[in-house]
Amino acid sequence: MSSAFLTLVRKDAILEWRQKHTLYGVVLYIGSTVFAVYMMAGQPEASVWNILFWLTQLFVVINSVARSFLQEPAQRFRYYYSLVRPTTFLLAKMCYSVVLQMLMTGISLALFALMLGWPLEKGLLFCAVAGLGSLSLSVVFTFLSAVAARAGQNAALMAILGFPLVTPVLLILSKLATKALSAAIVTGWWQLAGIMLGLDVLIVVMGLILFPFLWHE
Amino acid sequence: MSFKQHWWKWLAATLVMYVTIAGFFIQTPNLRQGGLFQTIRNLFYHVPMWFTMLTLFFVSVWYSVKHLRSFSAETDLKAAAFAKVGLLFSCLGMATGMEWANYTWSGTTGRTGPWTGDPKQVCAALLMLIYFAYFILRSGIKDEEKRGRIAAVYNIFACAMIVPLIFVIPRLVDSLHPGGSQGNPALNPKDSDPHLLIVLYPAFIGWILLGLWITQLVVRMERVKQKLELA
Repeated sequence: MSSAFLTLVRKDAILEWRQKHTLYGVVLYIGSTVFAVYMMAGQPEASVWNILFWLTQLFVVINSVARSFLQEPAQRFRYYYSLVRPTTFLLAKMCYSVVLQMLMTGISLALFALMLGWPLEKGLLFCAVAGLGSLSLSVVFTFLSAVAARAGQNAALMAILGFPLVTPVLLILSKLATKALSAAIVTGWWQLAGIMLGLDVLIVVMGLILFPFLWHE
Repeated sequence: MSFKQHWWKWLAATLVMYVTIAGFFIQTPNLRQGGLFQTIRNLFYHVPMWFTMLTLFFVSVWYSVKHLRSFSAETDLKAAAFAKVGLLFSCLGMATGMEWANYTWSGTTGRTGPWTGDPKQVCAALLMLIYFAYFILRSGIKDEEKRGRIAAVYNIFACAMIVPLIFVIPRLVDSLHPGGSQGNPALNPKDSDPHLLIVLYPAFIGWILLGLWITQLVVRMERVKQKLELA
């Protein structure tokens, strides 16, 4: 189990590294999105900054994590199916997506700081919430990418399926992040953070239960 | 057409008729608080829609679970039919809610008109979007067996993810909606006038039965359509 898991994660990393153009494509996508946001909003106040950051994260996650299942041809999945258990495969994909999305979140945070300024009181706390956000968003979209790939569809379907599901997640995340914006006390912060973590666990568990049905032909 | 078999349809028709008429005529408390006054009657027409919708969606998910255990075409057909009628009831619930909000909430949040951006309105809209997405997903897949399986997986996943949120977020954030952030957003039996409850409880039963009846008809229509396609 563990060796197959590590091999699968390594395989994804190597594939990404060999096709550098897609990786650089996502980085360029982040760069141009942040630049477009900057051109329109300038250096906004903290609450607007927060909203713009999470919206950017939503579009970045769709472009980076979407490919986790969509970039490989369908025939290859049949080959994987004969090799590993579906749960191992999904966990490996999710793990790789989380790492990739953390990296992309780091890049977009750096670009936001460079262009839109850094109007935060507690920078480290915001980075922690951003990390939690990339974890939550990437596990949801990894699973939806599997659904879209099995349906033989493109990334547009993933956006249709995913937006209503992640809107509440983004709401919770931006609410969590408000604690980092100012020195004001936010009541019930830990409760909200607990809900977010609980939801992540639920998504992973549901994914592990449902994925074998999705994969089976 | 024996009465023994169809008694629940008679019950549904009688109850829906009773609550529709009684909803207009019974004595209701004339509440000044929140500018409710006579609009409180909307309780009888608006809240049962959401209860019916939730019931139908849960039945739909139940059939999706059954579909993943059996892969029979029948369970998939039923899951889709229940979702379809549930979506119809969500549209009705949204319409009655927005119409009511137009008179009681308009202007209170700085926004006028039927859409005030209240958290409960937003959550309900998200729920509707999810089921619209469910039907777009279904229509995109030609192969029947594949369609059933993928739609069932999405239905269960969406339900597991959104239901906690629908029940959690409205209780956390401030809202104009009666019930607000203090507790159950739909109803509060301890704090309701008993006159309201003698119409409200029959309304739940009547509308839920009517929803099941409509779904039964939709299922039969779909079966006939399938047979015609095969013939």
